[in-house]
Amino acid sequence: MSAAKNVTDADFRTEVLESDKPVIVDFWAEWCGPCRMVGPVLDAIAAEHADAVEVVKLNVDENPAVASQYGITSIPAIYLFSGGEVVKKAIGAKPKSALEKEFADYLVVGN
Amino acid sequence: MSPDFGPVINALNLVPSSGEPTATADDETVHEVIIVGSGPAGYTAAVYAARANLHPIVFAGSVTAGGELMNTTEVENYPGFVDGIQGPELMSNMQQQAERFGADIRYEDVVALELEGEVKTVTLEDGSVHRAHAVILATGSAYRELGLPDEKRLSGHGVSWCATCDGFFFKEQHIAVVGGGDSALEEATFLSRFASKVTIIHRRDSFRASEIMQQRAFDDPKIEVLWNAEVVGINGEEKVRSVTVRDTESHQTTELPVTGLFVAIGSDPRTALVKDQLELTVDGTIAVDGRSSTTSLAGVFAAGDVVDGTYRQAITAAGSGCVAAVDAEHYLAALHDRSVLHS
Repeated sequence: MSAAKNVTDADFRTEVLESDKPVIVDFWAEWCGPCRMVGPVLDAIAAEHADAVEVVKLNVDENPAVASQYGITSIPAIYLFSGGEVVKKAIGAKPKSALEKEFADYLVVGN
Repeated sequence: MSPDFGPVINALNLVPSSGEPTATADDETVHEVIIVGSGPAGYTAAVYAARANLHPIVFAGSVTAGGELMNTTEVENYPGFVDGIQGPELMSNMQQQAERFGADIRYEDVVALELEGEVKTVTLEDGSVHRAHAVILATGSAYRELGLPDEKRLSGHGVSWCATCDGFFFKEQHIAVVGGGDSALEEATFLSRFASKVTIIHRRDSFRASEIMQQRAFDDPKIEVLWNAEVVGINGEEKVRSVTVRDTESHQTTELPVTGLFVAIGSDPRTALVKDQLELTVDGTIAVDGRSSTTSLAGVFAAGDVVDGTYRQAITAAGSGCVAAVDAEHYLAALHDRSVLHS
């Protein structure tokens, strides 16, 4: 499970949509096996790219509004938000290099 | 989750490496045995190899550790658990049991294997190279896809391969399950907890699934079965709105208004890393000698779904993992005897 900060339906706007930095959101749930596996991978990305991005997690069980608003039907779903918009999506548990490749444009400060 | 990410979820298979490998963490030691894979076969091999003092290293996969059972819920047919056990809990137990005896489990993905010769090399995604006298392959199998044009585009948007991950999102909706084996029927009965209706689409007129699973499906008022039918199209722009189903006899097509399509049509052995080095069977599994785990190359052993096109159970995988560890132990003993004689 990721050690990332939890965001909720209530604070999604301020924490994610209005964030100055790009934000990676890990949509997860307790009962999802692959979500457990991808958590530590995201923690590693968060640690290595702390200057460029925030990594947060959103429990879809407890926060159905945001999950439904973004049409999540499969988890783990890892969405990257920039300027309030979804700019990248990765669905399913992927290894670190695959996620870094997917999100490469946003993992360097200044992009 | 979906096989769209096959190469990824099934990271042991083949991972397109990003950037240049750094090869900084090469390990010069020649280990006794390296185990690739961490389902019931890999972890059981690790328990036995560790107890035999072979100090096994297990490359468990960064996001695939625990294997297929990580995507299941209740496992009712693994002996020793009177009331059943959750799949992820069973795998966590096996992992801890292997670690208790000293198995070195690493959550890394293997990207290349060189299996010929007395010293085998294993290359990880970070470019580091590891060596061993024996290798046990327990890479399992990967979900099969329907092979339809819109399948990838709509995966994660209604097309799914993991009922336990995604069933929750289809509350009070009509969904379809494709397949006729145990896993298809398990998915259907699991999904009927959430869905308003589950239609099983099966291309034959009877199920291959076990009697108990069939009975559960037939007894479930929310489940209906479309026999002799195959999915020929998945429709929807942003998400699945319907599937096109063709009757295998009349060839008539109809549109079924479902919002989710769960694919459970079997799986294929994960042999991408070894298929050019080892003999395979006509089914595509790694060929082994009789009831042993011995492959076509000395010092290379295989266990679990990657050798088994027939039974594919947690318990048969675990059993074959034990076989592989014992075979590796005998091979290593003979190898070391020989080198003592020659030195």
